[in-house]
Amino acid sequence: MLVLLAAALVLAGLAAGSEGWSPSAAWALVGSPDGPLIVGQIRAPRTLGAWLVGALFGLAGAIAQGLFRNPLADPFLLGSASGASLGVVLVLGGSVLTGHAIGLATADAVSRLGLVGAAFLGALGGVSLTVALARGAQHTVRLLLSGVIVGVVLGAASDMVTTLAPDALRGKQAFLVGSTGFLGWGSCGVLLAGLVVAGPVAWRLARALDALTLGEDSAASLGLSLTRVRVVLIVALALATGLAVSQAGLVAFVGLAAPHLVRRFAPCTHGYLVLASAGMGGALLLAADVLARSLLAPQELPVGVLTAVLGGCYLLWLLHRRQFA
Amino acid sequence: MNSPRLSASGIDVVRGGRPVLHGVFIDLSPGWTAIVGPNGAGKSTLLRVLVGLQPAERGTVALEGRALSHWRAAERARRIAWLAQQGEAGGELTARDVVMLGRLPHLGLFASPGVADRAAVQRAMAATECEGWADRRLHELSGGERQRVLLARALAVEAPVLLLDEPTTHLDPPHQVAVVRLLQRLGAEGRTVVSVLHDLPLALRADRVVVMAGGRVQAHGSHDDADVHDNMVRVFGGAIRIARAGTTWMVVPQ
Repeated sequence: MLVLLAAALVLAGLAAGSEGWSPSAAWALVGSPDGPLIVGQIRAPRTLGAWLVGALFGLAGAIAQGLFRNPLADPFLLGSASGASLGVVLVLGGSVLTGHAIGLATADAVSRLGLVGAAFLGALGGVSLTVALARGAQHTVRLLLSGVIVGVVLGAASDMVTTLAPDALRGKQAFLVGSTGFLGWGSCGVLLAGLVVAGPVAWRLARALDALTLGEDSAASLGLSLTRVRVVLIVALALATGLAVSQAGLVAFVGLAAPHLVRRFAPCTHGYLVLASAGMGGALLLAADVLARSLLAPQELPVGVLTAVLGGCYLLWLLHRRQFA
Repeated sequence: MNSPRLSASGIDVVRGGRPVLHGVFIDLSPGWTAIVGPNGAGKSTLLRVLVGLQPAERGTVALEGRALSHWRAAERARRIAWLAQQGEAGGELTARDVVMLGRLPHLGLFASPGVADRAAVQRAMAATECEGWADRRLHELSGGERQRVLLARALAVEAPVLLLDEPTTHLDPPHQVAVVRLLQRLGAEGRTVVSVLHDLPLALRADRVVVMAGGRVQAHGSHDDADVHDNMVRVFGGAIRIARAGTTWMVVPQ
Protein backbone atom coordinates (compact mmCIF):
# COMPACT_ATOMS: atom_id res chain seq x y z
CA MET A 1 0.00 0.00 0.00
CA LEU A 2 2.85 2.38 0.85
CA VAL A 3 4.43 1.63 -2.53
CA LEU A 4 1.17 2.47 -4.35
CA LEU A 5 0.80 5.62 -2.25
CA ALA A 6 4.38 6.65 -3.03
CA ALA A 7 3.83 6.01 -6.77
CA ALA A 8 0.66 8.13 -6.80
CA LEU A 9 2.39 10.92 -4.89
CA VAL A 10 5.41 10.82 -7.21
CA LEU A 11 3.07 11.37 -10.17
CA ALA A 12 1.38 14.22 -8.27
CA GLY A 13 4.80 15.66 -7.45
CA LEU A 14 5.88 15.56 -11.10
CA ALA A 15 2.62 17.27 -12.09
CA ALA A 16 2.89 20.06 -9.48
CA GLY A 17 4.58 23.18 -10.75
CA SER A 18 4.81 26.84 -9.90
CA GLU A 19 1.16 27.27 -10.87
CA GLY A 20 0.14 24.56 -8.42
CA TRP A 21 -1.12 21.06 -9.02
CA SER A 22 -2.86 20.84 -12.33
CA PRO A 23 -3.20 17.69 -14.51
CA SER A 24 -4.02 19.79 -17.59
CA ALA A 25 -0.92 21.97 -17.14
CA ALA A 26 1.13 18.82 -16.59
CA TRP A 27 -0.28 17.30 -19.79
CA ALA A 28 0.51 20.50 -21.71
CA LEU A 29 4.07 20.35 -20.32
CA VAL A 30 4.53 16.85 -21.79
CA GLY A 31 4.22 18.26 -25.30
CA SER A 32 6.25 21.43 -24.71
CA PRO A 33 9.97 21.71 -25.59
CA ASP A 34 10.81 22.73 -22.00
CA GLY A 35 9.02 19.70 -20.58
CA PRO A 36 12.00 17.32 -20.26
CA LEU A 37 14.14 20.04 -18.70
CA ILE A 38 11.50 21.17 -16.17
CA VAL A 39 10.49 17.65 -15.21
CA GLY A 40 13.93 16.05 -15.47
CA GLN A 41 16.00 18.75 -13.77
CA ILE A 42 13.58 20.41 -11.38
CA ARG A 43 10.46 18.44 -10.50
CA ALA A 44 11.86 14.88 -10.60
CA PRO A 45 14.83 15.50 -8.26
CA ARG A 46 12.66 17.59 -5.97
CA THR A 47 9.99 14.88 -5.83
CA LEU A 48 12.46 12.04 -5.27
CA GLY A 49 14.45 14.19 -2.84
CA ALA A 50 11.34 15.02 -0.81
CA TRP A 51 10.51 11.30 -0.56
CA LEU A 52 14.07 10.48 0.50
CA VAL A 53 14.20 13.25 3.13
CA GLY A 54 10.86 12.05 4.53
CA ALA A 55 12.06 8.43 4.48
CA LEU A 56 15.20 9.35 6.44
CA PHE A 57 13.14 11.28 9.00
CA GLY A 58 10.65 8.39 9.28
CA LEU A 59 13.47 5.89 9.76
CA ALA A 60 15.17 8.12 12.34
CA GLY A 61 11.86 8.57 14.17
CA ALA A 62 11.31 4.81 14.41
CA ILE A 63 14.87 4.34 15.72
CA ALA A 64 14.50 7.17 18.27
CA GLN A 65 11.14 5.93 19.58
CA GLY A 66 12.44 2.36 19.87
CA LEU A 67 15.75 3.37 21.40
CA PHE A 68 14.23 5.68 24.01
CA ARG A 69 11.09 3.56 24.48
CA ASN A 70 9.06 6.69 24.16
CA PRO A 71 6.36 7.26 21.52
CA LEU A 72 6.99 11.01 21.76
CA ALA A 73 10.70 10.73 20.94
CA ASP A 74 11.65 12.43 17.70
CA PRO A 75 14.82 12.35 15.61
CA PHE A 76 15.92 15.80 16.82
CA LEU A 77 16.08 14.66 20.44
CA LEU A 78 19.83 14.14 20.60
CA GLY A 79 20.89 17.63 19.59
CA SER A 80 21.05 17.07 15.83
CA ALA A 81 18.63 19.91 15.04
CA SER A 82 20.38 22.53 17.16
CA GLY A 83 23.78 21.28 15.93
CA ALA A 84 22.74 21.56 12.27
CA SER A 85 21.23 24.96 12.92
CA LEU A 86 24.45 26.20 14.55
CA GLY A 87 26.50 24.82 11.65
CA VAL A 88 24.42 26.75 9.13
CA VAL A 89 24.44 29.92 11.20
CA LEU A 90 28.23 29.74 11.61
CA VAL A 91 28.72 29.51 7.83
CA LEU A 92 26.18 32.25 7.11
CA GLY A 93 27.48 34.47 9.92
CA GLY A 94 31.08 33.86 8.92
CA SER A 95 30.34 34.77 5.33
CA VAL A 96 28.61 37.99 6.44
CA LEU A 97 31.46 38.99 8.76
CA THR A 98 34.09 38.30 6.09
CA GLY A 99 32.15 40.28 3.50
CA HIS A 100 31.25 37.30 1.28
CA ALA A 101 27.56 37.05 2.09
CA ILE A 102 25.79 33.90 0.92
CA GLY A 103 22.20 32.75 1.33
CA LEU A 104 20.37 29.44 1.41
CA ALA A 105 19.11 29.93 -2.12
CA THR A 106 22.55 30.70 -3.45
CA ALA A 107 23.33 29.26 -6.87
CA ASP A 108 27.01 29.03 -6.04
CA ALA A 109 27.67 25.31 -5.73
CA VAL A 110 30.62 25.79 -3.37
CA SER A 111 28.62 27.98 -1.00
CA ARG A 112 25.70 25.55 -1.14
CA LEU A 113 28.01 22.63 -0.45
CA GLY A 114 29.46 24.59 2.45
CA LEU A 115 26.01 25.08 3.98
CA VAL A 116 25.02 21.46 3.47
CA GLY A 117 28.32 20.26 4.91
CA ALA A 118 28.02 22.61 7.88
CA ALA A 119 24.49 21.39 8.62
CA PHE A 120 25.55 17.75 8.38
CA LEU A 121 28.66 18.20 10.49
CA GLY A 122 26.68 20.33 12.94
CA ALA A 123 24.05 17.57 13.32
CA LEU A 124 26.72 14.93 13.88
CA GLY A 125 28.55 17.27 16.25
CA GLY A 126 25.37 17.89 18.25
CA VAL A 127 24.73 14.15 18.64
CA SER A 128 28.39 13.47 19.51
CA LEU A 129 28.31 16.18 22.16
CA THR A 130 25.13 14.70 23.62
CA VAL A 131 26.65 11.21 23.80
CA ALA A 132 29.87 12.63 25.30
CA LEU A 133 27.94 14.59 27.96
CA ALA A 134 25.92 11.48 28.78
CA ARG A 135 29.26 9.68 29.26
CA GLY A 136 28.35 7.07 26.68
CA ALA A 137 25.16 5.43 25.56
CA GLN A 138 24.50 3.21 28.58
CA HIS A 139 21.76 5.28 30.20
CA THR A 140 18.66 6.38 28.32
CA VAL A 141 17.57 9.07 30.76
CA ARG A 142 21.06 10.59 30.86
CA LEU A 143 21.07 10.66 27.05
CA LEU A 144 17.69 12.39 26.91
CA LEU A 145 18.72 15.01 29.49
CA SER A 146 22.00 15.64 27.71
CA GLY A 147 20.08 16.05 24.43
CA VAL A 148 17.91 18.73 26.03
CA ILE A 149 20.95 20.56 27.46
CA VAL A 150 22.83 20.41 24.15
CA GLY A 151 19.71 21.71 22.35
CA VAL A 152 19.47 24.72 24.66
CA VAL A 153 23.20 25.54 24.67
CA LEU A 154 23.70 25.19 20.90
CA GLY A 155 20.49 27.17 20.33
CA ALA A 156 21.91 29.96 22.49
CA ALA A 157 25.19 29.81 20.54
CA SER A 158 23.21 30.22 17.29
CA ASP A 159 21.46 33.24 18.75
CA MET A 160 24.81 34.72 19.76
CA VAL A 161 26.13 34.39 16.19
CA THR A 162 23.01 35.97 14.72
CA THR A 163 23.33 38.83 17.22
CA LEU A 164 26.86 39.50 15.95
CA ALA A 165 25.88 39.02 12.30
CA PRO A 166 22.17 39.93 12.00
CA ASP A 167 22.14 39.25 8.23
CA ALA A 168 22.59 35.58 8.98
CA LEU A 169 19.23 35.55 10.75
CA ARG A 170 17.24 35.41 7.53
CA GLY A 171 19.21 32.48 6.25
CA LYS A 172 18.81 30.73 9.58
CA GLN A 173 15.06 31.30 9.48
CA ALA A 174 14.81 29.88 5.96
CA PHE A 175 16.74 26.87 7.19
CA LEU A 176 14.62 26.43 10.30
CA VAL A 177 11.29 26.31 8.45
CA GLY A 178 12.46 23.50 6.16
CA SER A 179 12.24 23.46 2.39
CA THR A 180 12.49 20.99 -0.46
CA GLY A 181 13.07 23.77 -2.99
CA PHE A 182 16.85 23.30 -3.18
CA LEU A 183 16.86 19.55 -3.83
CA GLY A 184 18.68 18.50 -6.99
CA TRP A 185 20.02 15.22 -8.32
CA GLY A 186 23.18 15.65 -6.24
CA SER A 187 21.08 15.88 -3.09
CA CYS A 188 19.14 12.77 -4.14
CA GLY A 189 22.39 10.82 -4.47
CA VAL A 190 23.57 11.84 -1.01
CA LEU A 191 20.17 11.12 0.58
CA LEU A 192 19.88 7.74 -1.15
CA ALA A 193 23.35 6.77 0.07
CA GLY A 194 22.30 7.67 3.63
CA LEU A 195 19.13 5.60 3.36
CA VAL A 196 21.00 2.63 1.90
CA VAL A 197 23.41 2.68 4.88
CA ALA A 198 21.10 3.60 7.79
CA GLY A 199 18.06 1.55 6.67
CA PRO A 200 19.65 -1.92 6.68
CA VAL A 201 21.57 -1.16 9.92
CA ALA A 202 18.32 -0.26 11.71
CA TRP A 203 16.53 -3.26 10.23
CA ARG A 204 19.28 -5.65 11.30
CA LEU A 205 19.19 -4.33 14.87
CA ALA A 206 15.41 -4.18 15.05
CA ARG A 207 15.20 -7.26 17.27
CA ALA A 208 17.22 -5.41 19.91
CA LEU A 209 14.62 -2.62 19.79
CA ASP A 210 11.94 -5.28 20.28
CA ALA A 211 13.82 -6.59 23.32
CA LEU A 212 14.11 -3.07 24.73
CA THR A 213 10.30 -2.89 24.98
CA LEU A 214 10.68 -5.37 27.88
CA GLY A 215 12.88 -2.87 29.75
CA GLU A 216 16.64 -2.38 29.69
CA ASP A 217 17.40 -5.03 32.33
CA SER A 218 15.26 -7.68 30.66
CA ALA A 219 16.91 -6.90 27.31
CA ALA A 220 20.35 -7.20 28.92
CA SER A 221 19.36 -10.51 30.55
CA LEU A 222 18.70 -11.86 27.05
CA GLY A 223 22.41 -11.57 26.28
CA LEU A 224 22.31 -8.30 24.33
CA SER A 225 25.19 -5.87 24.48
CA LEU A 226 23.01 -2.80 24.92
CA THR A 227 25.85 -0.29 24.79
CA ARG A 228 27.07 -1.58 21.43
CA VAL A 229 23.53 -1.71 20.03
CA ARG A 230 22.85 1.85 21.24
CA VAL A 231 26.05 3.24 19.76
CA VAL A 232 25.35 1.73 16.33
CA LEU A 233 21.73 2.88 16.35
CA ILE A 234 22.69 6.40 17.48
CA VAL A 235 25.19 6.60 14.60
CA ALA A 236 22.45 5.47 12.17
CA LEU A 237 20.05 8.00 13.73
CA ALA A 238 22.61 10.82 13.47
CA LEU A 239 23.46 9.91 9.88
CA ALA A 240 19.81 9.82 8.78
CA THR A 241 18.88 13.02 10.61
CA GLY A 242 22.08 14.88 9.69
CA LEU A 243 21.71 14.12 5.99
CA ALA A 244 18.00 14.95 5.88
CA VAL A 245 18.46 18.20 7.81
CA SER A 246 21.44 19.24 5.72
CA GLN A 247 19.42 18.90 2.51
CA ALA A 248 15.99 20.17 3.55
CA GLY A 249 16.33 21.95 6.89
CA LEU A 250 14.33 21.27 10.01
CA VAL A 251 11.20 19.58 8.72
CA ALA A 252 9.04 19.08 11.80
CA PHE A 253 6.84 16.17 12.90
CA VAL A 254 7.50 13.76 9.99
CA GLY A 255 9.88 11.68 12.12
CA LEU A 256 7.46 11.76 15.02
CA ALA A 257 4.23 11.04 13.14
CA ALA A 258 5.39 8.41 10.60
CA PRO A 259 5.95 5.56 13.13
CA HIS A 260 2.63 6.40 14.82
CA LEU A 261 0.75 6.14 11.55
CA VAL A 262 2.41 2.79 10.79
CA ARG A 263 1.45 1.40 14.19
CA ARG A 264 -2.16 2.35 13.64
CA PHE A 265 -2.42 -0.11 10.74
CA ALA A 266 -1.23 -3.27 12.50
CA PRO A 267 0.70 -4.60 15.49
CA CYS A 268 4.27 -4.81 14.36
CA THR A 269 7.79 -5.67 15.35
CA HIS A 270 10.51 -3.07 14.89
CA GLY A 271 11.80 -4.92 11.81
CA TYR A 272 8.62 -3.98 10.01
CA LEU A 273 8.26 -0.65 11.81
CA VAL A 274 11.61 0.84 10.73
CA LEU A 275 11.07 -0.03 7.07
CA ALA A 276 7.40 0.98 6.96
CA SER A 277 8.14 4.22 8.86
CA ALA A 278 10.67 5.12 6.18
CA GLY A 279 8.00 4.51 3.51
CA MET A 280 5.39 6.41 5.51
CA GLY A 281 7.78 9.32 6.17
CA GLY A 282 8.55 9.55 2.46
CA ALA A 283 4.85 9.55 1.57
CA LEU A 284 4.06 12.16 4.23
CA LEU A 285 6.72 14.62 3.13
CA LEU A 286 5.95 14.11 -0.54
CA ALA A 287 2.24 14.75 0.10
CA ALA A 288 3.13 17.83 2.18
CA ASP A 289 5.43 19.06 -0.60
CA VAL A 290 2.70 18.74 -3.26
CA LEU A 291 0.29 20.54 -0.94
CA ALA A 292 2.86 23.24 -0.14
CA ARG A 293 3.25 23.92 -3.87
CA SER A 294 -0.48 23.84 -4.58
CA LEU A 295 -2.35 25.48 -1.70
CA LEU A 296 -1.39 29.13 -2.39
CA ALA A 297 -0.04 28.73 -5.95
CA PRO A 298 1.81 30.44 -7.48
CA GLN A 299 3.17 31.25 -4.02
CA GLU A 300 4.84 28.32 -2.32
CA LEU A 301 4.51 27.53 1.38
CA PRO A 302 7.62 26.30 3.20
CA VAL A 303 6.99 22.57 3.53
CA GLY A 304 8.26 22.60 7.13
CA VAL A 305 5.48 25.00 8.11
CA LEU A 306 2.90 22.70 6.57
CA THR A 307 4.27 19.55 8.23
CA ALA A 308 4.37 21.39 11.56
CA VAL A 309 0.72 22.42 11.28
CA LEU A 310 -0.57 19.08 9.97
CA GLY A 311 1.68 16.97 12.22
CA GLY A 312 0.80 19.04 15.26
CA CYS A 313 -2.93 18.64 14.58
CA TYR A 314 -2.51 14.89 14.10
CA LEU A 315 -0.60 14.47 17.36
CA LEU A 316 -3.14 16.57 19.24
CA TRP A 317 -5.87 14.31 17.87
CA LEU A 318 -3.86 11.27 18.94
CA LEU A 319 -3.47 12.68 22.43
CA HIS A 320 -7.16 13.41 22.53
CA ARG A 321 -7.92 9.78 21.69
CA ARG A 322 -5.44 8.68 24.40
CA GLN A 323 -3.38 6.73 21.94
CA PHE A 324 -0.27 7.37 24.00
CA ALA A 325 -1.71 5.67 27.09
CA MET B 1 20.98 -32.87 31.57
CA ASN B 2 23.92 -31.76 33.77
CA SER B 3 22.89 -30.54 37.19
CA PRO B 4 22.71 -26.78 36.80
CA ARG B 5 23.88 -25.06 39.92
CA LEU B 6 24.10 -21.42 40.89
CA SER B 7 25.95 -20.17 43.95
CA ALA B 8 26.79 -16.84 45.51
CA SER B 9 29.70 -16.40 47.94
CA GLY B 10 30.16 -13.42 50.23
CA ILE B 11 28.06 -11.01 48.19
CA ASP B 12 28.04 -7.39 49.36
CA VAL B 13 26.01 -4.78 47.49
CA VAL B 14 25.87 -1.09 48.42
CA ARG B 15 23.34 1.21 46.76
CA GLY B 16 23.18 4.95 47.37
CA GLY B 17 25.68 4.56 50.21
CA ARG B 18 23.36 2.08 51.94
CA PRO B 19 24.29 -1.61 52.21
CA VAL B 20 21.63 -3.71 50.49
CA LEU B 21 23.25 -7.15 50.73
CA HIS B 22 25.78 -8.22 53.40
CA GLY B 23 27.97 -11.26 52.93
CA VAL B 24 25.31 -13.40 51.28
CA PHE B 25 26.24 -17.04 50.76
CA ILE B 26 23.71 -19.18 48.96
CA ASP B 27 23.85 -22.44 47.05
CA LEU B 28 21.01 -23.15 44.63
CA SER B 29 20.51 -26.72 43.47
CA PRO B 30 17.95 -28.20 41.07
CA GLY B 31 14.42 -27.89 42.39
CA TRP B 32 12.23 -24.94 43.32
CA THR B 33 13.54 -22.46 45.90
CA ALA B 34 11.32 -19.60 47.13
CA ILE B 35 12.87 -16.46 48.62
CA VAL B 36 10.74 -14.63 51.18
CA GLY B 37 11.24 -11.67 53.46
CA PRO B 38 9.88 -8.24 54.30
CA ASN B 39 10.14 -5.27 51.93
CA GLY B 40 13.72 -4.04 51.53
CA ALA B 41 15.20 -7.39 52.59
CA GLY B 42 17.34 -7.52 49.42
CA LYS B 43 15.44 -10.35 47.66
CA SER B 44 15.18 -8.72 44.23
CA THR B 45 18.73 -7.37 44.48
CA LEU B 46 19.99 -10.90 45.16
CA LEU B 47 18.18 -12.15 42.07
CA ARG B 48 19.72 -9.33 39.99
CA VAL B 49 23.17 -10.22 41.31
CA LEU B 50 22.59 -13.89 40.43
CA VAL B 51 21.66 -13.03 36.83
CA GLY B 52 24.59 -10.60 36.46
CA LEU B 53 22.58 -7.37 36.22
CA GLN B 54 23.75 -5.96 39.54
CA PRO B 55 27.49 -5.77 40.16
CA ALA B 56 28.57 -6.73 43.68
CA GLU B 57 31.10 -4.75 45.71
CA ARG B 58 32.48 -8.02 47.04
CA GLY B 59 31.92 -11.70 46.45
CA THR B 60 31.40 -13.92 43.43
CA VAL B 61 28.56 -15.70 41.67
CA ALA B 62 29.30 -19.03 40.02
CA LEU B 63 27.18 -20.76 37.41
CA GLU B 64 27.92 -24.46 37.00
CA GLY B 65 31.10 -23.92 38.98
CA ARG B 66 32.42 -21.14 36.73
CA ALA B 67 32.43 -17.46 37.71
CA LEU B 68 29.49 -15.67 36.10
CA SER B 69 31.81 -12.99 34.70
CA HIS B 70 33.66 -15.66 32.73
CA TRP B 71 30.58 -16.61 30.73
CA ARG B 72 29.86 -14.93 27.41
CA ALA B 73 26.65 -12.88 27.63
CA ALA B 74 24.73 -15.04 25.14
CA GLU B 75 25.89 -18.30 26.74
CA ARG B 76 24.84 -17.02 30.14
CA ALA B 77 21.49 -15.88 28.78
CA ARG B 78 20.84 -19.38 27.41
CA ARG B 79 21.42 -20.83 30.90
CA ILE B 80 19.72 -18.25 33.12
CA ALA B 81 16.28 -16.81 32.36
CA TRP B 82 15.13 -13.85 34.46
CA LEU B 83 11.67 -12.41 34.98
CA ALA B 84 11.66 -8.81 36.21
CA GLN B 85 9.58 -7.64 39.14
CA GLN B 86 6.43 -5.95 37.83
CA GLY B 87 7.79 -5.89 34.28
CA GLU B 88 7.94 -2.46 32.69
CA ALA B 89 7.13 -4.07 29.36
CA GLY B 90 4.65 -2.31 27.14
CA GLY B 91 4.62 -1.28 23.56
CA GLU B 92 3.14 -2.52 20.38
CA LEU B 93 4.45 -6.08 20.22
CA THR B 94 1.91 -8.88 20.27
CA ALA B 95 2.00 -11.44 23.07
CA ARG B 96 3.48 -14.02 20.67
CA ASP B 97 6.25 -11.60 19.58
CA VAL B 98 7.07 -10.94 23.24
CA VAL B 99 7.32 -14.65 24.06
CA MET B 100 9.48 -15.14 20.95
CA LEU B 101 11.98 -12.69 22.48
CA GLY B 102 12.78 -15.52 24.90
CA ARG B 103 14.48 -17.24 21.96
CA LEU B 104 16.85 -14.30 21.45
CA PRO B 105 19.73 -15.92 23.40
CA HIS B 106 19.51 -18.88 21.00
CA LEU B 107 18.91 -16.92 17.79
CA GLY B 108 21.03 -13.81 18.31
CA LEU B 109 20.01 -10.64 16.50
CA PHE B 110 20.18 -11.96 12.99
CA ALA B 111 18.93 -15.58 12.71
CA SER B 112 15.29 -16.24 11.87
CA PRO B 113 13.18 -18.35 14.25
CA GLY B 114 12.93 -21.99 13.17
CA VAL B 115 10.54 -24.83 13.92
CA ALA B 116 12.22 -25.54 17.28
CA ASP B 117 11.89 -21.89 18.34
CA ARG B 118 8.22 -21.77 17.39
CA ALA B 119 7.62 -25.03 19.26
CA ALA B 120 9.36 -23.61 22.38
CA VAL B 121 7.16 -20.51 22.20
CA GLN B 122 4.07 -22.69 21.84
CA ARG B 123 5.06 -24.80 24.86
CA ALA B 124 5.75 -21.73 26.98
CA MET B 125 2.43 -20.09 26.07
CA ALA B 126 0.56 -23.33 26.76
CA ALA B 127 2.28 -23.63 30.17
CA THR B 128 1.01 -20.21 31.27
CA GLU B 129 -2.28 -20.49 29.37
CA CYS B 130 -1.82 -17.35 27.31
CA GLU B 131 -2.32 -18.70 23.78
CA GLY B 132 -5.80 -17.14 23.76
CA TRP B 133 -4.43 -13.64 23.27
CA ALA B 134 -1.32 -14.48 21.28
CA ASP B 135 -2.13 -11.88 18.63
CA ARG B 136 -3.12 -9.05 20.97
CA ARG B 137 -0.71 -6.22 21.74
CA LEU B 138 0.90 -6.34 25.16
CA HIS B 139 -0.40 -2.92 26.19
CA GLU B 140 -3.97 -4.06 25.51
CA LEU B 141 -3.79 -6.87 28.11
CA SER B 142 -4.78 -6.76 31.78
CA GLY B 143 -2.06 -6.93 34.45
CA GLY B 144 -2.62 -10.66 35.03
CA GLU B 145 -2.71 -11.50 31.32
CA ARG B 146 0.46 -9.52 30.76
CA GLN B 147 2.19 -11.27 33.66
CA ARG B 148 1.40 -14.67 32.14
CA VAL B 149 2.85 -13.52 28.80
CA LEU B 150 6.03 -12.27 30.50
CA LEU B 151 6.34 -15.52 32.45
CA ALA B 152 5.96 -17.41 29.15
CA ARG B 153 8.74 -15.20 27.74
CA ALA B 154 11.05 -16.35 30.54
CA LEU B 155 10.01 -20.01 30.06
CA ALA B 156 10.61 -19.79 26.29
CA VAL B 157 14.36 -19.43 26.94
CA GLU B 158 14.19 -23.07 28.15
CA ALA B 159 17.12 -22.30 30.43
CA PRO B 160 18.21 -24.73 33.15
CA VAL B 161 18.09 -21.87 35.68
CA LEU B 162 14.98 -19.71 36.09
CA LEU B 163 15.07 -16.61 38.32
CA LEU B 164 11.57 -15.20 38.76
CA ASP B 165 10.87 -12.00 40.68
CA GLU B 166 7.30 -12.17 41.95
CA PRO B 167 5.91 -14.38 39.16
CA THR B 168 2.43 -14.48 40.70
CA THR B 169 1.95 -10.67 40.80
CA HIS B 170 -1.45 -9.60 39.37
CA LEU B 171 -2.61 -13.21 39.00
CA ASP B 172 -5.96 -14.41 40.30
CA PRO B 173 -5.89 -17.30 42.85
CA PRO B 174 -6.50 -20.13 40.31
CA HIS B 175 -3.64 -18.88 38.14
CA GLN B 176 -1.39 -18.39 41.18
CA VAL B 177 -1.92 -22.06 41.99
CA ALA B 178 -1.31 -22.98 38.34
CA VAL B 179 2.03 -21.13 38.46
CA VAL B 180 2.97 -22.92 41.69
CA ARG B 181 2.26 -26.29 40.06
CA LEU B 182 4.30 -25.23 37.04
CA LEU B 183 7.27 -24.25 39.21
CA GLN B 184 7.00 -27.53 41.16
CA ARG B 185 6.97 -29.44 37.86
CA LEU B 186 9.97 -27.52 36.49
CA GLY B 187 11.86 -28.16 39.72
CA ALA B 188 11.00 -31.87 39.58
CA GLU B 189 12.31 -31.97 35.98
CA GLY B 190 15.74 -30.90 37.27
CA ARG B 191 15.64 -27.16 36.61
CA THR B 192 16.89 -24.74 39.21
CA VAL B 193 13.91 -22.45 39.80
CA VAL B 194 14.31 -19.51 42.18
CA SER B 195 11.37 -17.22 42.82
CA VAL B 196 10.84 -14.23 45.06
CA LEU B 197 7.35 -14.50 46.52
CA HIS B 198 5.35 -12.25 48.81
CA ASP B 199 2.59 -14.82 49.14
CA LEU B 200 3.92 -16.90 52.05
CA PRO B 201 1.51 -19.88 51.76
CA LEU B 202 2.54 -20.26 48.12
CA ALA B 203 6.22 -19.96 49.08
CA LEU B 204 5.82 -22.81 51.60
CA ARG B 205 4.91 -25.11 48.71
CA ALA B 206 8.43 -24.75 47.26
CA ASP B 207 11.05 -27.48 47.79
CA ARG B 208 13.25 -25.08 49.74
CA VAL B 209 12.72 -21.67 51.30
CA VAL B 210 15.26 -18.90 51.80
CA VAL B 211 14.33 -16.32 54.45
CA MET B 212 15.95 -12.90 54.05
CA ALA B 213 15.95 -9.73 56.15
CA GLY B 214 18.25 -6.73 56.37
CA GLY B 215 20.26 -7.83 53.34
CA ARG B 216 21.23 -11.16 54.92
CA VAL B 217 20.09 -14.75 54.52
CA GLN B 218 18.47 -15.62 57.86
CA ALA B 219 17.55 -19.22 57.08
CA HIS B 220 17.67 -21.64 54.15
CA GLY B 221 16.09 -25.06 54.25
CA SER B 222 13.20 -27.32 53.39
CA HIS B 223 9.68 -25.90 53.53
CA ASP B 224 9.12 -28.25 56.50
CA ASP B 225 12.15 -26.96 58.38
CA ALA B 226 11.23 -25.58 61.81
CA ASP B 227 14.18 -23.14 61.72
CA VAL B 228 12.86 -21.72 58.45
CA HIS B 229 9.40 -21.29 59.98
CA ASP B 230 10.79 -19.64 63.12
CA ASN B 231 12.80 -17.19 61.05
CA MET B 232 9.81 -16.39 58.84
CA VAL B 233 7.78 -15.52 61.93
CA ARG B 234 10.68 -13.48 63.34
CA VAL B 235 11.47 -11.43 60.19
CA PHE B 236 7.80 -10.49 59.85
CA GLY B 237 7.85 -9.20 63.43
CA GLY B 238 5.72 -12.03 64.81
CA ALA B 239 2.76 -10.85 62.77
CA ILE B 240 2.19 -14.32 61.28
CA ARG B 241 1.72 -17.87 62.53
CA ILE B 242 2.57 -20.98 60.51
CA ALA B 243 0.41 -24.06 60.97
CA ARG B 244 0.12 -27.39 59.20
CA ALA B 245 -3.13 -28.01 57.31
CA GLY B 246 -3.06 -31.58 56.01
CA THR B 247 -0.11 -31.92 53.66
CA THR B 248 0.45 -28.18 53.27
CA TRP B 249 1.38 -25.25 55.48
CA MET B 250 -0.91 -22.35 56.28
CA VAL B 251 0.26 -18.86 57.17
CA VAL B 252 -2.23 -16.90 59.21
CA PRO B 253 -1.94 -13.36 60.54
CA GLN B 254 -2.02 -12.95 64.28
